[in-house]
Amino acid sequence: MGPADVPSLPRGVRRHFDQVRDTPVLLGPERVLMLDQIGCAVLDHVDGQASIDQISDTLAGLYDAEKSEIMADVIAYLGDLADKRLLDVRT
Amino acid sequence: MTNAPLAMLAELTHRCPLACPYCSNPQELTAKDRELSTDQWADIFEQAAGLGVLQLHLSGGEPASRTDIVELVAAARDAGLYTNLITSGIGLTPRRLQALEDAGLDHIQLSVQGVNARIADRIGGYKGGFDRKMHVADHIAQMGFPLTLNAVMHRENLDDLEATIEMAVRLGARRIEVACVQFQGWALSNRAALQPSRDQVDAAKRIVRAAAERLRGTLVIDFVPPDYYSDFPKACMNGWGSTGVNITPDGTVLPCHAAETIPGLIFARVTEQPLRDIWYDSPAFNAYRGTDWLPDLCQSCERRDIDFGGCRCQAMAVLGDPSATDPVCRKSPGRAALDALLVQEVGTVDVPDFIYRRL
Repeated sequence: MGPADVPSLPRGVRRHFDQVRDTPVLLGPERVLMLDQIGCAVLDHVDGQASIDQISDTLAGLYDAEKSEIMADVIAYLGDLADKRLLDVRT
Repeated sequence: MTNAPLAMLAELTHRCPLACPYCSNPQELTAKDRELSTDQWADIFEQAAGLGVLQLHLSGGEPASRTDIVELVAAARDAGLYTNLITSGIGLTPRRLQALEDAGLDHIQLSVQGVNARIADRIGGYKGGFDRKMHVADHIAQMGFPLTLNAVMHRENLDDLEATIEMAVRLGARRIEVACVQFQGWALSNRAALQPSRDQVDAAKRIVRAAAERLRGTLVIDFVPPDYYSDFPKACMNGWGSTGVNITPDGTVLPCHAAETIPGLIFARVTEQPLRDIWYDSPAFNAYRGTDWLPDLCQSCERRDIDFGGCRCQAMAVLGDPSATDPVCRKSPGRAALDALLVQEVGTVDVPDFIYRRL
């Protein structure tokens, strides 16, 4: 996954707020991923339009952090989701 | 502390056009006139969501045999559940698929009996089933439905594993479950006809490893090994009464498919008692919950919190003792009985005919 790639949640993968456990989750086929703050922050900007570069830029601004560090985290996080087929990536 | 369940398997009906000899349904099937109504299921879905269930698997039998399957999907989505349909595909016309999509169905899990009509129709006991399934699969792909193939593998089709994985890619599935038969339900009666050889299992593991690497990002492969060949037991149901709950067609609430094979346990019906009470307080759900009940061998084992002593129904089926360590475990004195079964059944020259699953 590179800076120009555009991630999106595919059909059948969706966010949900788990009222009983009081936590946001990502739901997919046979999968429940509890989302922590970082996961939510990244997925908030995954809209099928923004590229990895743009997402990292936005997050770096929001959290007042180095873009290169943020981008490494974003790629690691989304790359894992893509390997699990919970994320589509348009190159 | 007892956790809330994450997943529910709703066996909507035991009716099914197929007759697979490894069906996970119990030997004693429930007739149509005892099935729950649409409203009863809708109430169960609400209760399940309130209890903490996130994932709902609509299964059977063949869930599409229910004429109200579209209403049931809509009710499940109204309750806020991630809704998966576990189906053979038979009975899913393009019009019904469209209605299911409109009702909000999240995902389809399509069973696969074999890679061609000859073997698939023999396993399913239903002539023409394979062609109909492929037709439905094409429609599912055209509609862009998220798809998992559930390929049940055994002695007769494990050598076709490579082609089975190729089929998943061809049909556009994101996931394939390579599920080697577990010996419960009807599979237990057909064990000698279904048990693969060690050579087959070793080859399958190599194929899965290579394919998982090759298809990374395209297809997720979840492999369920044939556990008689394992050294340690599976963490059955991730622990009894820990994560998942099954509802049978008449509303009986079970910790797993096969729990009714364990004598002495009384399983309540959700028509008579709230699901919450059954999950947290019923003696059957508490019988093997956690690790306190485990035999000394498991209590002192470093794998205690990994496999929770394995499968209760397997201990029952092979050793006649549901509280024993799963006989798959190398440390178990029961392992000898399992090994003897393997030698006797895999070594046999006269492979028995299938006993097909019929209502």
